[in-house]
Amino acid sequence: MTLLHHIGKYALLLKRAFARPEKHKVYYIRLIREMEILGLNSVGIVVIISFFMGAVITIQTAYNTENPLFPTYLIGLAARDSILLEFSSTIVALILAGKVGSNIASELGTMRVTEQIDALEIMGVNSAGYLILPKILGLMILAPFLSALSMIVGLFGGWISGTAAGVISTPDYIYGIQFAFIPFYITYSLIKSVIFAFIITTVSSYHGYYTSGGALEVGRSSTLAVVHSSVVILLFNLILTHVMLS
Amino acid sequence: MIEVRDINKSFEDLHVLKDVSVNFQQGKTNLIIGKSGSGKTVLLKCIVGLLEVDSGDIFYTEQCFTSMNNKEKKQIRQKFGMLFQGAALFDSLTVEENVRFKLDMFTRMTESEKTARVNFCLSRVNLENKNLLLPSELSGGMKKRVAIARAIVLNPRYLFCDEPNSGLDPQTAILIDRLIKDITEEFNMTTIVNTHDLNSVMEIGDKVVFIHEGSKWWEGTSKEILESDNTELNNFVFATSLVRQLKKQDDI
Repeated sequence: MTLLHHIGKYALLLKRAFARPEKHKVYYIRLIREMEILGLNSVGIVVIISFFMGAVITIQTAYNTENPLFPTYLIGLAARDSILLEFSSTIVALILAGKVGSNIASELGTMRVTEQIDALEIMGVNSAGYLILPKILGLMILAPFLSALSMIVGLFGGWISGTAAGVISTPDYIYGIQFAFIPFYITYSLIKSVIFAFIITTVSSYHGYYTSGGALEVGRSSTLAVVHSSVVILLFNLILTHVMLS
Repeated sequence: MIEVRDINKSFEDLHVLKDVSVNFQQGKTNLIIGKSGSGKTVLLKCIVGLLEVDSGDIFYTEQCFTSMNNKEKKQIRQKFGMLFQGAALFDSLTVEENVRFKLDMFTRMTESEKTARVNFCLSRVNLENKNLLLPSELSGGMKKRVAIARAIVLNPRYLFCDEPNSGLDPQTAILIDRLIKDITEEFNMTTIVNTHDLNSVMEIGDKVVFIHEGSKWWEGTSKEILESDNTELNNFVFATSLVRQLKKQDDI
């Protein structure tokens, strides 16, 4: 019953968030700001994580496939598919759930407990639309770019670490990441990143928007936002994988 | 004018407001007073629609607020100004952006007209040249004054103040009180102030409503308070020894 209550409340919040904006220009300015805060400010962490992720995947694949019958270029292929199919969308989404999700929940939670959301309502502004919609759209627009960036940096990290560790040569790695390439994997990954962006922003906004109490509850909402976003991402990852790759 | 008719509000088993009926007059500073937990904040939140009433009606100049749909409520709320207990300024916006927020959202003014209006409102609350400061850089009294400037920027017909003096020193509190009173008369607004500060009651209270245990216990003017024989009101008003001494001197 509690879960159904939360799902219903979440759906009603989304309905309010997607209501017609009072003034498009104001929302547009907020959208640009949110794209910067949620998307562009996440580029650094995405680059760092993707680089090391690609590096580790390549080395681990190499160490686990030490066999004279196994061509070394397949290390590149395995690294590429791991990065494209899973890491650049799902793992980056989980990282973003931590960074962006806690940011959203704590921002909205603080606004709630300091009556800033009430102030918006009293002014006749749809607070859910004004605060949440630009966040949802902002991250959904930039998520595919972050995911694509993650793929490039991940593959680059794999190449650097693979060659530096001497487990694969540059020609083999280049050949491997091109071998049996299925372009749909990129589409699949980008679609997943957009859906995950929606999950992160809406679940975190829900927790932040309905915070009640004080500073302690803001922290609690922030934690719940990260935990629940991550769980829903993993659940949808399973569903999307089944639906799109079967 | 704002009319509250027989409103009731409960939170699960706790009956907070019991058949409260009050008329708040236009052009006057109407005060809601009462002990902490008496229900005055719930009453104010019901009046502005932040809480739904269980029964009863609220009228804004003959328009029934409680039976309005969301769109109508949003429209009438554009005529509201509200000063929150903690000012509730938007942290990420500067003083100027806070004050011009409603202008950006609801008007088609040009940039220069907006700037002129913001500067007028800031000068009205004696905060010239503070436009670029962030709320975190302001004192408590300054935050309240910015909140007042934000509240009056669209010439509201109704002004609501929730404990405007909380956390302020007595001198700043008097300044804020005077500002609320002056603005109410200047713009002929219906102002409702929620307070338990007796200085405010004596300073600005044109009409005072005393809420006790969720019911309207007494109403009258600030002068009539001192002469009332209502036991609960007297217990509230003469709770401090200073006021009791003043009362004794007055009686003598």
